[in-house]
Amino acid sequence: MRFACLAFGLILSLGAPATAQEIEDHRFFPGTSDRVLRVVSTTDLDVFEPYIRAFQAERPEVAVDYSVMSSSVLHQAIRDGAQADLVISSAMDLQFQLVNDGFALPYRSDQTDALPDWARWRDLIFAFTTEPAVVVINTARFAGLELPTTRQDLIAALRDNPDRFQDGLGTYDVRDSGLGYLFATQEDRSTDAYWRLNEVMGRLRTSFYCCSSQMIDDVASGRLALAYNVLGSYAAEELARGSEGRVQVIRMQDFANVILRTVFIPAGAQETLLAGMMVDMLLRLALRETPDGWPLPPLSQTVEGPSLGFGPIKLGPALLTYLDPLNRRAFLAEWENAMEQRPPLPQ
Amino acid sequence: MIQTASIGQRLTLLLAGVAAALSVLSWGMVTSLAAQAAARTQDNVLAASATTIAETLRSEQGEVRLELPYAAFAMLGAISEDRVFYRVIAADEVLTGYDDLPAPATSEIGQVVFDTGQYRGAEIRMSSVTRLVLAGMERVAVTVSVAQTRDGVDAVTSDISRLAGLLSVAFFFVAVALSAIAARLSLRPLNLIAASVSRRGPSDLRPLLRAAPADLAPLLDALNRLMERLRLSIRRSEDFIAEAAHRVRTPLATVRTQAEIALRTVSDEAEKERLRRIIRAVDESARSAGQLLDHATVAYRVEDLARDRLDLSDLARQTAAALEPTAAMRDIQFTLDLTPAPIRGDAVLLDSAIRNVLDNAIKYSPEDTTVSLQIVLDAAQARLRVRDQGTGLGDGPMDVLTERFRRGGNVAGVVGSGLGLTIAAEVLRAHGGRLELENCENGSGACVSLVLPLV
Ligand SMILES: Nc1ncnc2c1ncn2[C@@H]1O[C@H](COP(=O)(O)OP(=O)(O)OP(=O)(O)O)[C@@H](O)[C@H]1O
Ligand SMILES: [Mg+2]
Repeated sequence: MRFACLAFGLILSLGAPATAQEIEDHRFFPGTSDRVLRVVSTTDLDVFEPYIRAFQAERPEVAVDYSVMSSSVLHQAIRDGAQADLVISSAMDLQFQLVNDGFALPYRSDQTDALPDWARWRDLIFAFTTEPAVVVINTARFAGLELPTTRQDLIAALRDNPDRFQDGLGTYDVRDSGLGYLFATQEDRSTDAYWRLNEVMGRLRTSFYCCSSQMIDDVASGRLALAYNVLGSYAAEELARGSEGRVQVIRMQDFANVILRTVFIPAGAQETLLAGMMVDMLLRLALRETPDGWPLPPLSQTVEGPSLGFGPIKLGPALLTYLDPLNRRAFLAEWENAMEQRPPLPQ
Repeated sequence: MIQTASIGQRLTLLLAGVAAALSVLSWGMVTSLAAQAAARTQDNVLAASATTIAETLRSEQGEVRLELPYAAFAMLGAISEDRVFYRVIAADEVLTGYDDLPAPATSEIGQVVFDTGQYRGAEIRMSSVTRLVLAGMERVAVTVSVAQTRDGVDAVTSDISRLAGLLSVAFFFVAVALSAIAARLSLRPLNLIAASVSRRGPSDLRPLLRAAPADLAPLLDALNRLMERLRLSIRRSEDFIAEAAHRVRTPLATVRTQAEIALRTVSDEAEKERLRRIIRAVDESARSAGQLLDHATVAYRVEDLARDRLDLSDLARQTAAALEPTAAMRDIQFTLDLTPAPIRGDAVLLDSAIRNVLDNAIKYSPEDTTVSLQIVLDAAQARLRVRDQGTGLGDGPMDVLTERFRRGGNVAGVVGSGLGLTIAAEVLRAHGGRLELENCENGSGACVSLVLPLV
């Protein structure tokens, strides 16, 4: 018992309920009555705000209390019984574990029934976006080089130009970032190029980040030549577009992880009816035909999309595998080993 | 007659009951088999998962090491959307997993055991396997348990159960429909016999000689015996009537002769009147006896009707000729307008029918009139029309005149028994024809038609 607790705790930012410092962002959207829908989420406030506005357009009497935290803090908060009516996160594995362990309430509506099977698990958890992991590069730093489209190409490019890429690479710190850990473990499972790439990146003294946005910023500023495994949501594309060609987003053609941003109603929810309405709204948008106008992509996009040929990561008990403390310890050891145990750059 | 439930209904109900019992039985069996199969599938996958995990156990630097294989959980996700729990215990210490999972049943090393229990508010099925791992110098028993909720099993079971239920209901309805058909088919011979009995004419008492299933042979036999007895008793009473009539006639003739002689010898008017009344009553009785005899003859001959080829015109001509003297006594003339009309039947009976009709025409017409006989043919029947110039049949209903002993209101002093038209109608009916009574179109006289089917 002690052992397991300790191990879980290690993953989950040492097990305290979300304190004020751990809440990265928070906003209260007042409504005309005193009904409040409390949403805890990993999605940035500015990304999610349009959805809240849309919800309030339908239900102006409902106030929305929106808190942003990291996926592992969020996970632990729910585990510790934090008060919330809706939980949204892109860390599918952590979300799944909560649901599996009985922290979710079932919800069923026409909208949930309309979801494809792969986008929900039982009547408990629902996916409303599909977002691929992408590579973001600084075009100037790649001048004269062919843009890599596979990991093989990328490894070759990095090997052949060590001077150009020294200190110019960035990726998630899988020790801190739930999403980074998910990307890494899934890649470990899917492609043997992953570890070779890690070793090359380790030799080039890769910097580690907590979040996609900072990586993109650093690529844009030229501090990084390349950021690997960035969450390719619209925000990334937006940044790339706004950079006048300085930043490009590339999807690896050999394999690309696609994650599902998921939502569930936690067991302690009080406004389950309102939560259900919000879920319905998100799912309606998830199944929309045209992607425009909203900051997050719909479900269909990557699945029907370009010739990637890979479905999104499957929602299911297999996600528990890498969350096991023993597996995690082993994986992190190997990862640190590959990255040559260097501390992350100060950010 | 007291009606109880029909055999068909009873048979259908019985068969439906059997079908219902079988439906319920098969539904129950399919459901329990489905539950077993689904449970076994889950057990197999749980066992495979636990074994897969146990196989990755190894020792490193005196410590038990474990790396959970991805496949161990992926296979659980493949069979159903059930929640998954697991635990690995090494030497009574929880190595990893859900430490509050219920303890597994004790088992031998290497053997997979299954438990069913409650965990986190849900029913779970758990498979556990214990392996010995060499850690340093020590052998450590490591128990791997993998558990899953049972919703998938329940869902599969209830799906199949629902399907089996629907099929059972469908089966039941088909079986009921088939039972109804079967019942009807097996009752068909009975209904056929009933139909052929009820199709028969009222005086048709011939035995039923149709093929029937063995079960119905006793019924058919009994029916035939009954009809035979009935026939015999009717025959006996007819014979008796004929005999009686015959016996009455002879003494009546004697009485009449004596009365006439007496009439001629007495001179007192009152005496004469009395004698005339006696003669009239005797005539009346003799007529009745004669007609009764004729009627009995008809009944007798109709039973086994001759089917000779005859010409209706010949018959009419002969009968008219035979009645010529009677007609002549009243100065009545016959006019014949006959065309050949081939028919089948019994000449004696047809003669009797025609005679009775002509007799009426003569009796109920004033003297010095004409009775016309005419044969009209159409596609299927011959019609012998007898018209007279008498008073007609009256305004009352015509059909009642063919009833036994029924006489009209116009008979006045005319001698008669009221059996004449009865005899004629019966004869024609036995020949498949009919007697039509009407007043002539021109308003005077009766118009009686004997209609017979043509050959
Ligand atoms: N041609 C006819 N004209 C007028 N009335 C008739 C004629 N034929 C029959 N009827 C009436 O129909 C009645 C029944 O006729 P039916 O021949 O059966 O009896 P009946 O002549 O009285 O007696 P039976 O013929 O037995 O001596 C007669 O009593 C008579 O009233
Ligand atoms: Mg008569």
